[in-house]
Amino acid sequence: MSPREKPALLSDKKLLQERRRPMSQRHRKDMIFRGICRGVSGMSASLLVILLVTILTEGIGTLSTQFLSSSPDPDPLIAGMFPAIMGSVWLLVLTMAIALPLGISAAIVLEEYRPKGSGLRKIHGFVQLNITNLSGVPSVVFGILGLTVFASMFGLFGNEGNPSAEVGVSFVDQFYNEGDFVLEVPVSAASQPEAVPIAGMRVFDPAGKAYELNLVGDDAEWPEDSALAKRSLRSWDVPGRIKDRRWWYFRLPFGRGILAGALTLMLVILPIIIISTQEALRAVPSSLRDASLGLGATQWQTVRRITLPAALPGILTGAIIAMSRAIGEAAPLLMIAGIVFITRAPGNLMDDFTAMPLQIYNWAGRPQKEFHDLAASGIIVLLTALLLFNAVAVFLRQKYSKPLS
Amino acid sequence: MKPPPREAQILAPVSRPSAEESQDSALETAIQLKDFDAWYGDFQALHSINLAMPKKRITSFIGPSGCGKSTLLRWINRMNDTIAGARATGTLEIHGKDALGPKVDVVGLRQQVGIVFQKPNPFPKSIFDNVAYGVRLHLKTSKAELQEIVEWSLQKAGLWEEVKDRLNKSALGLSGGQQQRLCIARAIAVGPEVLLMDEPCSALDPRSTAAIEDLMLELRKSYTIAIVTHNMQQAARVSDFTAYMYLGTLVEFGATEDVFKRPRHTETEDYITGRFG
Repeated sequence: MSPREKPALLSDKKLLQERRRPMSQRHRKDMIFRGICRGVSGMSASLLVILLVTILTEGIGTLSTQFLSSSPDPDPLIAGMFPAIMGSVWLLVLTMAIALPLGISAAIVLEEYRPKGSGLRKIHGFVQLNITNLSGVPSVVFGILGLTVFASMFGLFGNEGNPSAEVGVSFVDQFYNEGDFVLEVPVSAASQPEAVPIAGMRVFDPAGKAYELNLVGDDAEWPEDSALAKRSLRSWDVPGRIKDRRWWYFRLPFGRGILAGALTLMLVILPIIIISTQEALRAVPSSLRDASLGLGATQWQTVRRITLPAALPGILTGAIIAMSRAIGEAAPLLMIAGIVFITRAPGNLMDDFTAMPLQIYNWAGRPQKEFHDLAASGIIVLLTALLLFNAVAVFLRQKYSKPLS
Repeated sequence: MKPPPREAQILAPVSRPSAEESQDSALETAIQLKDFDAWYGDFQALHSINLAMPKKRITSFIGPSGCGKSTLLRWINRMNDTIAGARATGTLEIHGKDALGPKVDVVGLRQQVGIVFQKPNPFPKSIFDNVAYGVRLHLKTSKAELQEIVEWSLQKAGLWEEVKDRLNKSALGLSGGQQQRLCIARAIAVGPEVLLMDEPCSALDPRSTAAIEDLMLELRKSYTIAIVTHNMQQAARVSDFTAYMYLGTLVEFGATEDVFKRPRHTETEDYITGRFG
């Protein structure tokens, strides 16, 4: 190596003095930038405060246990959001129950089972790219997708009103006879023609007790004896068909029910869960994987016993962020459920439903001020749930994050 | 036998109890490599390595950084399988059985050939669970059996006395040297025949290094050991055989005493004496 001369800038004091950036200017720039940062963060914080104060002042007045436990009503004074809360709970539980296993498994495959072959690696890269892209897709697009795929299932299984497969539903033909008694005839399928009164056929009262039908002639007197009148019908009596859905009612296609809603929300949050799980897995030092594999563990044993437990706090945090996203989503649910007047909690997976954001949207869109206050109360409930989730996420991160190496 | 004091060991010329034994021609071969080539993608990391590592002896691999010694070590129990684009050709046999072909069960191989890494890497679990980890992977054991194995392994690794009262404490609370001995205990708990050590002392202070070296000499009775090291004295102190590698080729391989005292190649001599590297 040839010895070099010390650069002029470092040896010539005068030149150095000339070129030196003025100290005061450097400090001033530092101050200005700090000021900008403070101003901007203060602005966003104050925006949040303004939002919270507005919502609280508008909504706190109508917030009550009655509001939480009653159904929506045309009269704003007695309207509540119980069905919406229950709808959101159902949605959230279902969505997470489907999205978590799927998302975590997908992340494990993408992160821990990286293919070795170059062809497979390209596919892997392609899938990875698409998941990143999907996380940026507007949720209303997922709503349209959910409508086609889950609600109508491409029309392959008939439509919601006439599904091709159905379980957990029973049909009953109900007669009101002249004596104001109710008589029921069970029907085996929806397509079966309506029951026609025949003398001697088996009928039931609403309590389920069986009788032998007594057919009263067209011109004959209605029986006086109440026991007989109870099981009597005229031959022209026409029943009404009643559909009785069980809690395990299931049909294909899913229709615009809560399951289709949950699956659509799953589409929205799946990329979030996959990406956050991948990040959590990536944060596990590879030395731990090497240690496990070096002891003769299979890939799965390593994932199950080392990587996944180490990544769990991160995965849970991601899951809760995904939950907060799901509970606040209105657009995809609007596509699935629309704005419907629902007065009770969902009773089965296919039931019509409403959710908190939908109810808020509904109320906020009405002209009367009273409904706007209800919307504000709804927002308070929704925000409380969101803050609760975030608090749990922070707690989990604090409690279960431990050093890994 | 109590090892001689540390200073004496360092100053002593290459002389170990096994110096004579290592001349013994009747040594069984544990690991055999023939025309072994290895690549990372397009880069050839190892060129036609031919080597026979004797059973129940310590073989050390020395050479400048990037010469392929760690690569070679990591191929012996196929840890390189985890690296995308890593591949190898040639013959790799462990106790006469192929260890490179597509039919080899890598999981079984790694149980047979344990590895200790450069940086101690205990699991974020208790000391007990660290040692029990490998055992639980392979065996269904009763609690008592498991405890027996864990205690035996920790004793074998010379760590038992230090940790017996805190087996349920996190392994991350141990010192670096203790962690490395824990990793050794963890490795021998699954009953390997070969132990690979990839610069096991480079992250440790001299005291811990001495403890690990003593341990290696003890383990030599039962295990075939291969060690990669940058520390010439360490290679001279502990190993029976030494392999000098340079740029992916095996330059010299022989009994440690011969390699250090009468190297056949000038490159080896230059490296050992510090004129190069």
